Amino acid sequence: MEWSALALSLRLGAFTVLILLPLGILAGRALAFARFRGKALVEALLAMPLVLPPTVLGYYLLVAFGAGAPLGRLWQALVGHSLLFSFSGLLAASVLVNVPFAIQPMQRGFEAIGADVREAAACSGLSPWRVLWAIDLPLAWPGIVTGAVLAFAHTLGEFGVVLMVGGNIPGETRTIAVAIYDRVEAFDDHGAGAMSALLLLISLAALAIVYAVSRRIGRVNG
Amino acid sequence: MAEPAGLHVRLSQDEPIPLTVELSCSEGEMLALVGPSGSGKTTILRAICGLYRPRHGRVVCGGAVWLDTSARIDRPAHRRRVGLVFQTYALFPHKSALANVVAALGHLPAGQRVGRAQALLAQMHLVGLEARRPAELSGGQQQRVALARALARDPAVLLLDEPFAAIDRRTRRKLHADLAALRQSLRIPIVLVTHDLSEAEALCDRLCVLDAGQTLQCGPPAQVIGAPESRRVAEALDLPWA
Repeated sequence: MEWSALALSLRLGAFTVLILLPLGILAGRALAFARFRGKALVEALLAMPLVLPPTVLGYYLLVAFGAGAPLGRLWQALVGHSLLFSFSGLLAASVLVNVPFAIQPMQRGFEAIGADVREAAACSGLSPWRVLWAIDLPLAWPGIVTGAVLAFAHTLGEFGVVLMVGGNIPGETRTIAVAIYDRVEAFDDHGAGAMSALLLLISLAALAIVYAVSRRIGRVNG
Repeated sequence: MAEPAGLHVRLSQDEPIPLTVELSCSEGEMLALVGPSGSGKTTILRAICGLYRPRHGRVVCGGAVWLDTSARIDRPAHRRRVGLVFQTYALFPHKSALANVVAALGHLPAGQRVGRAQALLAQMHLVGLEARRPAELSGGQQQRVALARALARDPAVLLLDEPFAAIDRRTRRKLHADLAALRQSLRIPIVLVTHDLSEAEALCDRLCVLDAGQTLQCGPPAQVIGAPESRRVAEALDLPWA
């Protein structure tokens, strides 16, 4: 068992969720309530990581983060090291890959709130900010939790993108999924098996939370 | 220039829904908006509270200008002092009856809100039901909570969107009596949307007939029902035209 790889995966998952939580709430809420031209295109773009092979996405990020691209050069100039093969680069990739996993359930959560309930809140004198805190968040929280848990669980299992932009540097970019692959390559069945079993359990627990929570959506809004 | 008291509404647009509306309702008066489905009754209420923005229009209530498209005035809904009872009641499903009313008391100091909400629920005969969520209340009880919440804001106008449509006749009769009693204590304009002519006649001082987004005739119910101005008014009210 490589504890440092597990710790790195957990850290990556936690930071990914921390960044995607406010982003997902704002974007999910905007997509749920706003009507604008090109909304379908925006939704399609955000959903891209769901259907794109991780290696394809990883390849584009590799190019974008590299010294040959404006983003890569800007990062290098600001921070002093390359975005590639670093934890920061891995985190940026992880956030991008998980955008649909976080935003879609959050958007569904906000969409489930009746338009009349939000209008009644406005007519009761609640400012848009108060509507967010007193109506939207309490009613959409099952969707918000689902998005956060899915993004976390998906981060732990991500392999292709991690390998492309992060490589396999112990303590920096070597996640548990990469470590499992590494153990198999080295014919260490015992190590690979133990880590796989742990990842399986964590994923199962995450999905159990998601299903328990989504059952509550029906109860709260019913 | 001082604006007149009461409610004064003028709306006009060709698209997307044609509207030619001119109506007013003085303080303490109860006005019925009557007309077939799709005649624009609900749209008018929504325009009054700021949930719908007409192309051209002016809404003045309690001496304050809420909407004046020619002067680019358009107060957002949360800054118009309206009490609106939705057809669906639209109670906050995650809040208790008491918390539903407290939510609309943001203008009071925090320490006074619960007491005021309890008093309003008591006035609506809901003592003992304060802790229940909307899903645990009957239709009539939900409607009373919605009315208490609408009054909580100390509104300058009370708008009722077919509040009795989904309620059985016995409960409706009781609610009619309550509303008639409530009127006596409220010195604000009340607008009731209904397609029930007898309800309008029993409860309201004046009646405004709508068809295809247009106000056709306004007057005391007996007068309008007794002598419709035109064939169109008679048809909108489903009355025989001699």
